[in-house]
Amino acid sequence: MKFAVLVFPGLTCDLDMYHAIEETVKQDVEYVWHTEADQLDSFDAVLLPTGTSYGNYLRPGALAKSSPACKQLQAFAESGKLVLGVGNGFHILVEAGILPGGFLRNQNLKFRSALEIVRVENNNTAFTKDYTQGQMLTLPVANEFGNYYADDQTVEKLKSNNQIVFTYGDENIDGSTEAIAGITNERGNVLGMMPLPERAVEAIIGGTDGTALFQSIMNSRGEQHVN
Amino acid sequence: MSINHEPTAEQIKENRLYLQMGMTDAEYERAVEKLGRIPNYVETGLFSAMWSEHCSYKSSKSVLRRFPTEGARVLQGPGEGAGIVDIGDNQAAVFKMESHNSPSAIEPFIGAATGAGGIIRDVFSMGARPVALVNSLRFGDLTEPRDRFLFEEAVAGIASYGNAMGIPTVAGEVQFDQCYSKRPLVNAMAVGLLNHEDIQKGVAAGIGNTVIYAGATTGRDGIHGATMSSSELSIEEEQELPVMQAGDPFIEKLLMEACLELVQSDALIGIQDMGAAGLTSSAAEMASKAGYGVELNLDLVPQREENMTAYEMMLSESQERMLIVVKKGREEEVIALFTKYGITAATIGHVTDDKMLRLLHKGEVAAEVSADLLAEDAPSYQKESKEPASFAKNQAIENKEPQVTNLKETLLDLLQRPTIASKEWVYNQFDTGARTNTVLAPGASAGVIRVRGTNKGIAMTADCNSRFIYLDPEVGGKIAVAEAARNLVCSGAEPIALTDCLNFGSPDKPEVFWQLEKSADGISEACRKLNAPVIGGNVSLSNEVNGVPIYPTPTIGLVGIVHDLGQVTTPGFKQAGDAIYLIGQTETEFGGSELQQMIEGKIFGKSPAIDLDIEATRQQQLLGAIQAGIIQSADDLSEGGFAVALCEGTFGSPGLGADVTVEGSAITALFSETQSRFLVTVQADQVAAFEEKVQDAVKIGTVTDGEEIVIKDAEGTVLVEGTVEEFQTAWKGAIACLLNSED
Repeated sequence: MKFAVLVFPGLTCDLDMYHAIEETVKQDVEYVWHTEADQLDSFDAVLLPTGTSYGNYLRPGALAKSSPACKQLQAFAESGKLVLGVGNGFHILVEAGILPGGFLRNQNLKFRSALEIVRVENNNTAFTKDYTQGQMLTLPVANEFGNYYADDQTVEKLKSNNQIVFTYGDENIDGSTEAIAGITNERGNVLGMMPLPERAVEAIIGGTDGTALFQSIMNSRGEQHVN
Repeated sequence: MSINHEPTAEQIKENRLYLQMGMTDAEYERAVEKLGRIPNYVETGLFSAMWSEHCSYKSSKSVLRRFPTEGARVLQGPGEGAGIVDIGDNQAAVFKMESHNSPSAIEPFIGAATGAGGIIRDVFSMGARPVALVNSLRFGDLTEPRDRFLFEEAVAGIASYGNAMGIPTVAGEVQFDQCYSKRPLVNAMAVGLLNHEDIQKGVAAGIGNTVIYAGATTGRDGIHGATMSSSELSIEEEQELPVMQAGDPFIEKLLMEACLELVQSDALIGIQDMGAAGLTSSAAEMASKAGYGVELNLDLVPQREENMTAYEMMLSESQERMLIVVKKGREEEVIALFTKYGITAATIGHVTDDKMLRLLHKGEVAAEVSADLLAEDAPSYQKESKEPASFAKNQAIENKEPQVTNLKETLLDLLQRPTIASKEWVYNQFDTGARTNTVLAPGASAGVIRVRGTNKGIAMTADCNSRFIYLDPEVGGKIAVAEAARNLVCSGAEPIALTDCLNFGSPDKPEVFWQLEKSADGISEACRKLNAPVIGGNVSLSNEVNGVPIYPTPTIGLVGIVHDLGQVTTPGFKQAGDAIYLIGQTETEFGGSELQQMIEGKIFGKSPAIDLDIEATRQQQLLGAIQAGIIQSADDLSEGGFAVALCEGTFGSPGLGADVTVEGSAITALFSETQSRFLVTVQADQVAAFEEKVQDAVKIGTVTDGEEIVIKDAEGTVLVEGTVEEFQTAWKGAIACLLNSED
């Protein structure tokens, strides 16, 4: 399996994602600079790391949306191949309209870096097969805009389609709607999440609860993603 | 055209306009004499910036020479952007600490953010990838709204820059004292890694080679920042301060990636950050260091604003800019490299053989001064030094215990002192895990990051107890280094080298200069005994508000090696049944202690004593025991003394408590701040091996599974008894509570 780490200017944690693939599923992985996104077709999955794309100017993820690379990303997602966006990568997926909802500043108005208890709400996705339903994970978060927002209608839809994949299992400190920590698109081939599984793949750096997410992706190889 | 309104050389001389730029009469005369003519407006600006304390260390040079700067591991000592030490396997650690105190006193968010940005540039300008950040902060005691504002904004500012750069903040310290009220200290340290062959220097060498400007455009921000930061801040002056330079970490991230790619190219000759005094200092220093000259055409400098004068361009401190010298003929590929990252780069000049810094602007020579004269020939002052009357007075005071009636209440009060309380409110705002190498994050004794591809780690810490230095600068200087080293040793690291930030009051006050000299002596002696040379640093003088200096605060940033990541140790207790040991005798030493400040509202008397031979022996023995794998947890005893350290051992270790018996007077045993002491826990079956290795260790109790803390005296009388939860609640929420208080 061949992974692309798609890097928009200002996405700083491309390295973390790259290492997570090397560390967990040991597959081919390449950095793809945003101006080279026309090559995405040759990859099996696209990973959008966290960071501060375009300095978070205007809104987190908003400027990446107008980049030509975003069109390529949209086309890739529509092809049914897997896309994972974490942190600022999740912001970009939302701004690009690939995932529903929006983001507000954290409730305490500050950047917050901490370990969070995250509950697996749906283990029947390409990203969560190797978890058990209701499993409690410990994953790091590091963001200033982790407060996911969706209106009632969107929440209804997310719920009825089983698109809510992760919620905060202990405290919903940043104030996300329905304590949402991660969602997929309707088709289930795109996952956006605020917790950072790529930072939880080795005991020495604080845990391994993110490993199963990358293994799930591997174990979903070749499946069609239709709802 | 504003250039026409600039005063002539004659007017500057006649009306002594150089005084406004921070130059004294004697300095101006020195410049005239060395130059052989009277300098024009631009040239006077160049002299004033390059001969400021910030750039020339004219008042502190004599003191800085006292520091030991050599050692087997030192690859680059003081003088470049950052120091470099060998860490084995052809790799090196690059680091430096720098102050951004004056800007942070005025615009705390921007000031602190640009402080972080500047030190990161210093590290990548050496060719190193910045891998970790550390900070050391000082504020008033948070009782005043202005100090709460400065604290909140400065922390957010540092966080905003480091987080957006994707560089984890892994260690730091914050202390609070009214001596820093309205005059905070913001000291930021960056640590980078590189392979030996990638070491770069800021040199402009090779006649005809090309000078390239890369990074953000030049605006009118921060003009004369170097001069401003070398002067005292009076409250009235705030209205007339120059426009502060603002930072943009987004640009810096792209600039960093481009520069680190450029380092791999053989087109590169030299590279330097445009820090304090911007284009002036980088051009003059690069030429002077290389023994060449530089000619710049200022019309080619990328400019943010219209009609900028030569003076403004040369003295701007716009952020995120680098000056680069590349081989002639390779300009296009270098500019293309920057363009790929969306960074502006332009050829602005070339290297000459005449050792002059020559500036062309609009077809005329705007300035022409010897680069050495600017960079090397600043005056050097041997300032007057005088022991303050308070020193002898304090030395004459007998050591005495403060009056304490309720030991438990006192302990709870101490745990809520902002200097002692949990700093979670601060470090939760820092991205501590970016780059996925953080083994120990803030909250431990030191930060540790692993060196990928090896089983080694780099440990780092910042420390300085300025109260001890105020009472006795020489002893306090020793303590600052020793305590930083204790932090590293307790984490399982061997200290290897340090950087310092000398934050003091005005050097024109003989008493302040005496503090500077004495503390440098103390630091130097501790560096020699503990085998950690000084490889770089920074001086920040004139930290005063309305004529009152801060406590002398020479912050120490210490770096060490963890030889095997399996040896990384934390302060938290590990399992019930482990033996608790106290290493080191406790004396009645309360001068400058947190308890004294809390009860008396001031500090007085003698600083705790320190014997560096005992310190070194204990550190070696403890590190040996940690490396032998017979220690469960380790912590040094610092502010608040033994009782605070004991409580901290139980925090973060759910289900555990402690039952200990202390000797001697209870107040001393619990709260004295005697130096060179450690609290460690050892598994029951390792007790004999431990006692053999560590001589001054006394078993005082046991880790229990009750979530209770019990401290008894030798007769079995209970001195303190309480649940871990009540102590932890007091400690954990104190800072947030202080910030939410109204007045």
